[in-house]
Amino acid sequence: MALSSKTKAVLLGPLNKNNPVIVQVLGICSALAVTSKLEPSIVMAIAVTMVTAFGNVIISLLRKTIPNRIRIIVQLVVVAALVTIVSEVLKAFAYDVNKQLSVFVGLIVTNCILMGRLEAFALGNGPWPSFLDGIGNGLGYGWILVVVGFFRELLGSGTLLGYQVVPQALYDAGYENNGLMMLAPMAILLVACIIWIHRSKNRELQEETN
Amino acid sequence: MKALRKYLDKIKPNFEEGGKLHWLYSTYDAFETFLFVPNTTSKSGVHIHDARDSKRTMIIVILALVPALLIGMYNVGLQHYLAIGHDVTLLTKFFYGFLAVLPQIVVSYVVGLGIEFAMAQMKKEEVAEGFLVSGMLIPMIVPVDTPLWMIAVATAFAVIFAKEVFGGTGYNIFNVALITRAFLFFSYPSKMSGDQVWVRTADTFGVGKGTVIDGFSGATPLGQIATTEAGGFSDFAFQGITGQPLSISDMFFGFIPGSVGEVSTIAILLGAVILIATGVGSWKTMLSVFIGGLVAVLLVNSFAQNAIMEMPVYYHFLLGGFAFGAVFMATDPVTSTRTEKGKWIYGFLIGLIAVAIRVFNPGYPEGMMLAILFMNAFAPLIDFYVIDANIKRRMRRATVVKQ
Repeated sequence: MALSSKTKAVLLGPLNKNNPVIVQVLGICSALAVTSKLEPSIVMAIAVTMVTAFGNVIISLLRKTIPNRIRIIVQLVVVAALVTIVSEVLKAFAYDVNKQLSVFVGLIVTNCILMGRLEAFALGNGPWPSFLDGIGNGLGYGWILVVVGFFRELLGSGTLLGYQVVPQALYDAGYENNGLMMLAPMAILLVACIIWIHRSKNRELQEETN
Repeated sequence: MKALRKYLDKIKPNFEEGGKLHWLYSTYDAFETFLFVPNTTSKSGVHIHDARDSKRTMIIVILALVPALLIGMYNVGLQHYLAIGHDVTLLTKFFYGFLAVLPQIVVSYVVGLGIEFAMAQMKKEEVAEGFLVSGMLIPMIVPVDTPLWMIAVATAFAVIFAKEVFGGTGYNIFNVALITRAFLFFSYPSKMSGDQVWVRTADTFGVGKGTVIDGFSGATPLGQIATTEAGGFSDFAFQGITGQPLSISDMFFGFIPGSVGEVSTIAILLGAVILIATGVGSWKTMLSVFIGGLVAVLLVNSFAQNAIMEMPVYYHFLLGGFAFGAVFMATDPVTSTRTEKGKWIYGFLIGLIAVAIRVFNPGYPEGMMLAILFMNAFAPLIDFYVIDANIKRRMRRATVVKQ
């Protein structure tokens, strides 16, 4: 299926030049909190992608019937319902990860990316583009989480997805895991590094200096 | 000197516009201005010109650090030979300490200056001289047993994230050497605290081989009092690494376990005299740190519950990094307040917070690093309000005149 250029922009824009985390700087809170290991980062990425995509579709279908004054409440109800489903699924099939994510699954409700997409996109577009927009933004959020989670787990615990990656010989030679990587400040530094690299590759995104 | 000048002049064309090595001009310029007076000083004119540029300032700070460094090196050897129970001459002890500390100094300078030179080259700017002091401070504020690769990683982190991203020397918000230490402290806590890291027990390049004697304990005095079971200060006694009692003079001259630079209070005082006499360091900041500490300790003493709360104020000043931080860290002209009134507030709060962390948090026996970093963040705010208050005062005066 060849995608038209507009669909492409809707789906792929959030992965790069319209990224919710590193360009719009939304959803930072959960990006810092859940990324100390790779596995919860991936699960969180999938959960947010699902909620954003289906939330977008539902709101897009309802967009002509929602009274303007109470639209935020309607959006919250839809998102809360979806988040509850995701939370229950995680509890049933991935209990350990669910415990690691703790409140942050429930807090997807307040994720700025979600409300932003519902307000800015789903209320003004049809279901199919809204679905793609949700997938795109979820993945745009997700790949940042996965990159940050990758480096934090590798350098902070010496493992990836729970498997030992840094060889024992290195520890014997005096290497030690970096405890700072397990703390939230290092996550914000890693996000900052991604933004740094991204901005230097995309000069048009750089703010003008006085 | 003449030969050196001739050589520099001979190779200079290579680095100038059109030369083969023009891309390395920043590096060449850094060495030339380091060895000789910069060409950009004024040669004629009637205006008054300050004799100091920042390279000279930095060198004065390094000179002020030398006494603390030398006594610190000697102390490393002293503690080592105490730990292995050998009786050797003063020179052997110093030589051992010198061998143990020198690699750390080299690593800190090579990594830090390497990044600074590379950054300056990339931006086609002059190499700033800020790291000359930071590079010397770093080995002096970490435990002597810190592995070299950790110092390298932490130095690289601090130079890039605490300095270069803010715009280089003179623009950093936090003290670079302290960020290095903070990075090590939170990343590798087992190598930065506890009772295993402050005394080097292994041999250095084959010098000082021996086995550690029975009853050895490498805890620092502050570590001891933070974890003591004693109910009050009168039941408590500071112990050296072999269990011998520590006297006030041991603490004053620096014969206690601790980081290289911080142990010897007399050497730090000597450094303070050099800094104040040359006008490089602010006596107001130094004095107000001690006043802040004094007030905090007197306050804590008045409702003391345990040994560390009862500890008299002179122990606070003699032990740990209090004096070193007050003299060499708090006075950093870039990260401290710039207004004269602000310096009093800034220093006072550093002393206050440092003592508060020491006394109330047994997890952190030493609070100087966190106190200074914390106040670094507030320095611009203090300056803002001092200037603002001054403007308001003068505005009021102006209105009175107008009426």
